[in-house]
Amino acid sequence: MRHIISLLMENEAGALSRVAGLFSARGYNIESLTVAVTEDPTLSRMTIVTTGSDDVIEQIIKQLNKLIDVVKVLDLNDGKHIERELMLVKVKATGVHKDEMKRMCDIFRGRIIDVADNSYTIELTGSCSKLDAFIEAIDRSAILETVRTGASGIGRGDRILKV
Amino acid sequence: MDASAHSATDTHAKSMTGADIVVSCLNEEKVKFVFGYPGGAVLHIYDALYKQNGFKHILVRHEQAAVHAADAYSRATGDVGVALVTSGPGATNAVTGIATAYMDSIPLVVISGQVPVPAIGMDAFQEVDMVGATRPCVKHNFLVKHVKDIAPTIKKAFYIAKTGRPGPVVVDIPKDITAHVADFIYPKTVEMRSYNPILKGHSGQIKKAVKLLLGAKRPMIYTGGGLVLGNGAAELVKLAKALNFPVTNTLMGLGGYPATDRQFVGMLGMHGTYEANMSMQHCDVLLAVGARFDDRVIGNPKHFSSQKRTIIHIDVDPSSISKRVKVDVPIVGDVQSVLADMNEILSQEENQTTDTADWWAQINEWRGVQSLDYAYSDTVIKPQYVVQKLWEVTKGEAYVTSDVGQHQMWAAQYYKFDKPRRWINSGGLGTMGVGLPYAMGCQFADKNAQVACITGEGSIQMNIQELSTCAQYGLPIKVILLNNRYLGMVRQWQEFFYENRYSESYMDSLPDFVKLAESYGHVGMQITNPADVEGALKEAFDKKDKFVFMNFLTDQTENVFPMVENGKGLSEMVLSPRTASRLKGEE
Repeated sequence: MRHIISLLMENEAGALSRVAGLFSARGYNIESLTVAVTEDPTLSRMTIVTTGSDDVIEQIIKQLNKLIDVVKVLDLNDGKHIERELMLVKVKATGVHKDEMKRMCDIFRGRIIDVADNSYTIELTGSCSKLDAFIEAIDRSAILETVRTGASGIGRGDRILKV
Repeated sequence: MDASAHSATDTHAKSMTGADIVVSCLNEEKVKFVFGYPGGAVLHIYDALYKQNGFKHILVRHEQAAVHAADAYSRATGDVGVALVTSGPGATNAVTGIATAYMDSIPLVVISGQVPVPAIGMDAFQEVDMVGATRPCVKHNFLVKHVKDIAPTIKKAFYIAKTGRPGPVVVDIPKDITAHVADFIYPKTVEMRSYNPILKGHSGQIKKAVKLLLGAKRPMIYTGGGLVLGNGAAELVKLAKALNFPVTNTLMGLGGYPATDRQFVGMLGMHGTYEANMSMQHCDVLLAVGARFDDRVIGNPKHFSSQKRTIIHIDVDPSSISKRVKVDVPIVGDVQSVLADMNEILSQEENQTTDTADWWAQINEWRGVQSLDYAYSDTVIKPQYVVQKLWEVTKGEAYVTSDVGQHQMWAAQYYKFDKPRRWINSGGLGTMGVGLPYAMGCQFADKNAQVACITGEGSIQMNIQELSTCAQYGLPIKVILLNNRYLGMVRQWQEFFYENRYSESYMDSLPDFVKLAESYGHVGMQITNPADVEGALKEAFDKKDKFVFMNFLTDQTENVFPMVENGKGLSEMVLSPRTASRLKGEE
């Protein structure tokens, strides 16, 4: 099953590689991994999207907790949560594609953030599955380039991951 | 460096170089021995240690041996072992030693030199990314980038190494940092928001565990290296005695329960005794202490789980619990503390034991199989016989180190360890070549102790250069070489699983070990006759101040039994042909 794991870790050199190394060394899947500093400059927040059986996910969380630099770990799937991912897509915007792309962009509540002679660059945020749906919905041959950030996640309401 | 991680309480700070700070930190930690090898990046540190007389530096002949010796010193004493190596090849040579310690959870601090900060990443001479190279095989590691960070980092390194589930910590220090000057303040305490190991077990879980134990019909206690490392042996003996339960130890856990005690059923696992494996498989309540149900211990986990039993698991590392086998009552905490709590709760119970007479009758029947029986020969030396005689001659009191292979299993099966921290071997990583440096570490830990290194002709040659270190420091180690002219365990598997195709497992061109030992000023002995084994051992151990290298020419075709083959279940043991035919005769 797909899980979104959030963690807080010391903002130190090499901390990211400890997490990435753990996943590769133990053969865990990573669908995406995002990391950035928090409002407290000594802490980084990481969101990892992974898949595995309940046993595997339990081990992943235990192993993450075991890393000395990791302060807190939370499996967002244990409760209600929100996930968002940002995608930038450069698409052909000529002929029939021109109006079609604008229309699809509007339907998915995206924004065109760059317009060139033959292309649009569309910015889209949402859950990973929404971004997948957008890619499915448009004409594949029109896609020139895609960039995705990987998911960020946060608990709903009072669910807070903080030191 | 996180400012909250240390509190500076020393009032009279002294200004000194980074190198002097490193040395002062080690002395603050009351380190007695540093095992190491000098080189360019650590020259400042070596200059600083030349000028101090706190700890003693032990010069090895290869960095791998430095880490192994520090590792054994820790296993024997319980203190943190310390090694010092230079950058690049010095650091990479240390990696096998670090990985060995990591797999067996041994607390070490390994200080490695690094090229100067401005040279990092420039492919400088003797540069290697030590933090990157050791990341998968350390509990934690640090690259120190400012002289003021040296002291708090070393303080943290010792703290991390020895607390929680112990392990090796690498501190990589660039050369220029060791020349810079700073005030030396050694933090008194360490506080880390990201690292707070759980020590006290959950009282509700402990109560539940005691109830389950008292309700057991076929109870079993299974302990591992964690019991030894957590100094929980005395509490375990108390508990096992009060309950009159059978006890088995893993390879790493030998000595955790006295092997000569009636309740001890021997080692379990791939080469465990028949009674230990059968009891483990058929018990109804299992108490696992500081053990991790690994592949060499329970065999096929599906087969193991096919038998219904309730499992209580005490371990300081939550990730060891329910990793390979589902556990019913997990108890995270320090084994000594949890076992003490269990003893306390048990002492307040009305009925303090449970009727295990039927279970013991069954176990004694299994014991009757005599799975460790072997055929003594008066023409060729049986390796098992040498170990049995070694146990007798040393009165079971020696520190015994081993390398990896058949001789390691025979040492584990036939030397009866009654005390923890006496059996020193590489259980997790299975590193050939540890035996001799391990013996060095033990001899430094206890200079008057009898130290025996049981080894094979393959393993001993992997760190044979340490014969020189032993000569330099006058270490009276006794090497017990069980020389069968084969890589025995490889040969055994090739016999069983590869139709006798002995691919590259024959050890050709062996040195004359007697002459080799003598060339270093040691005593060399060659023993070829079974009748001479006991006398030779006595003669060797009578030479109290001499290093004696004993080359026993043993039976070339002897195999280790019983054996749980790869992928098989614990109760599906292959017994020795001798035992099997005896049992058939009895039918």
